[in-house]
Amino acid sequence: MIEIKDLKKTFGDKTVIDGVSAVMQTGKCNLIIGSSGSGKTVFMKCLVGLFEPDSGEILYSGKNFTTMNEEERKELRQQIGMLFQGSALFDSMTVEQNIMFPLDMFTKVSFQEKLKRVNEVLARVNLENVNDKFPAEISGGMKKRVGIARAIVLNPKYLFCDEPNSGLDPQTSLLIDKLIKEITLEYKITTVVNTHDMNSVMETGDHIIYMHQGIKEWEGTNKEIIFSKNQKLNEFIFASEFLQDAKDMRMLEMKGKIDNNRNMDELLK
Amino acid sequence: MNIFTEFGRYLLMLKDMFSKPENMKMYWKELMHQCVEIGIRSLGIVVIISFFMGAVSALQTAYQLVSPLLPRSTIALIVRDTVILEFAPTLVCIVLAGVVGSKIAGELGNMRVSEQIDALEIMGINTRTYLVLPKILAAMITIPLLVVISMVLGIWGGRLASVATGIVAASQFDKGLLQNFLPYNVFFALAKAYTFSFIISSISSFYGYYVKGGSLEIGRASTQSVIVSCVLILLADYVLSAVLL
Ligand SMILES: Nc1ncnc2c1ncn2[C@@H]1O[C@H](COP(=O)(O)OP(=O)(O)OP(=O)(O)O)[C@@H](O)[C@H]1O
Ligand SMILES: [Mg+2]
Repeated sequence: MIEIKDLKKTFGDKTVIDGVSAVMQTGKCNLIIGSSGSGKTVFMKCLVGLFEPDSGEILYSGKNFTTMNEEERKELRQQIGMLFQGSALFDSMTVEQNIMFPLDMFTKVSFQEKLKRVNEVLARVNLENVNDKFPAEISGGMKKRVGIARAIVLNPKYLFCDEPNSGLDPQTSLLIDKLIKEITLEYKITTVVNTHDMNSVMETGDHIIYMHQGIKEWEGTNKEIIFSKNQKLNEFIFASEFLQDAKDMRMLEMKGKIDNNRNMDELLK
Repeated sequence: MNIFTEFGRYLLMLKDMFSKPENMKMYWKELMHQCVEIGIRSLGIVVIISFFMGAVSALQTAYQLVSPLLPRSTIALIVRDTVILEFAPTLVCIVLAGVVGSKIAGELGNMRVSEQIDALEIMGINTRTYLVLPKILAAMITIPLLVVISMVLGIWGGRLASVATGIVAASQFDKGLLQNFLPYNVFFALAKAYTFSFIISSISSFYGYYVKGGSLEIGRASTQSVIVSCVLILLADYVLSAVLL
């Protein structure tokens, strides 16, 4: 569980995160949604300490992260896996070496065992025969998946994913959503995901936080989100006229179905 | 940002470099990798410039040395001392500031901009220890070795040029080489080489590590690191000569 209390972050005189409080629950996919530039990435980087917040507290399972010293942070970070928006793969290493890197650094098992684990996580993100390729030789979507594989290879207790399915085709995107959900439930980890993809919101959003210009506008689950009365959230979700029309036309029908169906596509059939 | 805060940040980076490695084996691997990258990869350019600077200094000394009172073997003595005292350590290190410095600054800058440094930090790795320290150590191991190689090649180049153009006979040149030889000069050259290699590697690491922005800034940072290390090398050269000679 990660508790965030009144987090603030400014760059110069620009306030990017303006007093956000939230609780990221264990065993759930905690989604942060919002339009481009709303501060999702900055918020996530504050949580893991890549940006120092101006004020506010962050507690990991009750332990105050904001006041920890370098050594304590290092210890905690060994339980954190993170996927960056731009993947952040080490470009001097092959895919296999990238994923094996955390194992090399923090475990003492044999090469064979490490290789087994690497192939295991690669299979989970649906990648094959890329072991010896360099990051420059694979597609953007593949880099994303290698990034996820690297983030989960050490079985982290806290998983952060910054837009895991941007730039992926709908099929792979769904696969990644399912994977993130699966490992969250399987290992009872605390997962925080930044996204603006409504499909994954409906697929994985056990707990959703909607951010707008650095402020938490709305909080709830994927069952509640399309019935929210929040003006800004509605503008965000129903940005496409198609969705808006569909919503108006099928509102009554959907109300009956919402509890059985989670997938947006199905709702709109 | 003013020069004092910048200098403070530089010192802090050096201080933070010393932390306990998470896994000794990986750090050793990185050190060896950097020795190859910094030392072996600049061997070629060092060989070429050393050879020619020795050759050219022999020819130019001969040109200036017109007095019939001085024996021709003096040329060898002068070539030996200029190569050992100044050309091998200073000239080679100025060139290496460009070759090695821009490479280090570029590599770290790219890792910073593409968030690879952040990715390492998130794994719980002290990136100053893992990325910067091996580079500085590798530079301090390999650059003085390159300087020694450069001394030998420089003198050899001088000998070859003198003999080929018929300025000095080989036997005379060899005789001159052994005249008034001060081992202290070699020690002095090595002191310079160690100082310069520290300047090159730490300055370029600093500029690369703290790059902000995009790929444009990476280029700017490597240019900046080359300029600053060159100036500091010349300054240190003066100070060391004033103190040690
Ligand atoms: N290092 C920085 N320095 C100054 N301003 C920054 C910095 N990083 C982000 N910002 C500003 O903070 C705001 C939020 O950026 P952020 O990257 O968090 O958006 P985001 O919600 O992740 O958007 P996207 O969905 O496009 O990734 C932007 O207006 C951006 O200009
Ligand atoms: Mg972002």
